[in-house]
Amino acid sequence: MGFLDTLFGRTKPVQPKLDDLFALPSAALQLEAATGFKPTGSGSVSFRAPEGKPFADIQKEVLELLDMDNDKPDGGLPVEVTKDSYGYTWLVSNHMSDEMGTLVTDLHAVNTALVDGGFGPQLLCTLVAFSDDNHRRLSLVYLYKRGTFYPFAPLGSGNNRDNALELQVKGVLGDELRIEPDLTRWFPVWGAPGL
Amino acid sequence: MAARTRYAPDRGLTVRMTATMFLLGLVFVAFVALIIGIMTAAHASGAAIILVAVIFGGGSAFISLFYSDKIALAAAGARVVSPEQEPRLHGIVDRLCALADMDKPRIAISPARMPNAFATGRNSEHSVLCVTEGLLYHSQLTDEELEGILAHELSHVAHKDVQVMTYASLLAIVAGLLVRFAFYSELFGGARRSGGNNSQAALLIPLIMLASIVVYAISFLLIRLLSRYRELAADRSGALLTQNPSALINALYKVSEGMNGIPTQDLRAAEPLNAFYFAPAMKMSLTRGRSGGGGGKSLSAIFSTHPSLEKRVEQLNKIQLELGQPGPDPRGLK
Repeated sequence: MGFLDTLFGRTKPVQPKLDDLFALPSAALQLEAATGFKPTGSGSVSFRAPEGKPFADIQKEVLELLDMDNDKPDGGLPVEVTKDSYGYTWLVSNHMSDEMGTLVTDLHAVNTALVDGGFGPQLLCTLVAFSDDNHRRLSLVYLYKRGTFYPFAPLGSGNNRDNALELQVKGVLGDELRIEPDLTRWFPVWGAPGL
Repeated sequence: MAARTRYAPDRGLTVRMTATMFLLGLVFVAFVALIIGIMTAAHASGAAIILVAVIFGGGSAFISLFYSDKIALAAAGARVVSPEQEPRLHGIVDRLCALADMDKPRIAISPARMPNAFATGRNSEHSVLCVTEGLLYHSQLTDEELEGILAHELSHVAHKDVQVMTYASLLAIVAGLLVRFAFYSELFGGARRSGGNNSQAALLIPLIMLASIVVYAISFLLIRLLSRYRELAADRSGALLTQNPSALINALYKVSEGMNGIPTQDLRAAEPLNAFYFAPAMKMSLTRGRSGGGGGKSLSAIFSTHPSLEKRVEQLNKIQLELGQPGPDPRGLK
């Protein structure tokens, strides 16, 4: 925030950074080679739905856009919309596990539609899910406002996370992705849809 | 790629805030000029008094700014809570901070029954956001309403309101100290002056006292005005962050009703924190005497650290309209 913004008590809405998402497919390969974690094929975009009609319209457009490819015979499952207990909306896109590129394109389509509608500041994070042969779960969370990723690995059913695994992933992907350096921003997304 | 933004800044508020700060600066300059003028006219060496007042006043202001988080937490009897203790509260703040791209403040809970919240700290690394148990457990706020309040408090942190208000109050603190010093030197210095060899100095002390009283009164009113504008600015930024002004309106109604309804704990204990609270914890006695006459209400509005509920709701209704939805009558929602 600039000096004048402080003086006048203004906050500028923060615009999201979108392009770093495209680093995900190659990072997924690296992750699988190093740790055995494979993409589950599902990914989600989380955003804060503003009250009012303009946003409802955009959301409808986005859904129609994403569901269009699903008319194709080999199309995946339809896009799911869920609202979590914190009041954030999640669009979950499901693909086959080897379709990381398509998944990212889908997620990017959602982002672009929201940004074009002027709702960029509402984007919270995007989440891509992975799992390994022991059914351990891992997700890479992309923070739109920072343009950084961080790993989130929930453990069991309680609110525990596997910090060792998360730090291991941080080391593995350090060259592929911009990992969020500030660990206090690695906030947990318990029970996130698509995880 | 120019990002589109749907929200115009509130120019009116910016202009009013600028005018207030300009006036504060003007009073400051006038005060310094006046003191220097009086001193030169009297050929007196009362500079020591003023220097002491500036050092004391400035020193205490900076210490209270530097330790504002610790002082406020101690005064509120609050304890910092970890994400494990309060996952819900931390979860809401985590998400708001990610949306706004700001550092996460520490989270504290104060045992007060009054539903309220405040944020303080000299900068974002030392900021702390405190909510009362009354707000968390006894106020029947929904999560969205609680989120609205937290977004308001986070906006205070983002706007560096503790720093701004401390700098704004500096002058009033120094002027207040001068009044006191001048008063005491008048009391105790009277005997010394009866010698009569320094009639100019006899005039000097009351003059400084008078000037300080006037400056104190004016800057006090300006600071209160500035504080009200900062509250409106925080309401606005908070509502734009959550995109849910309706929830904040509801929260305001619920919290204000709770404030009036619940027999409060020791009000005097709550007073020093007042400027940073979500809703003012202490009602000025003028507010209570509203039935006394038509002037009561406008007077209390001048002295208040927070804008009236009507003003705050009015502004939020405007934001609702910007978001493309007519404002519901909040009273009808209950």
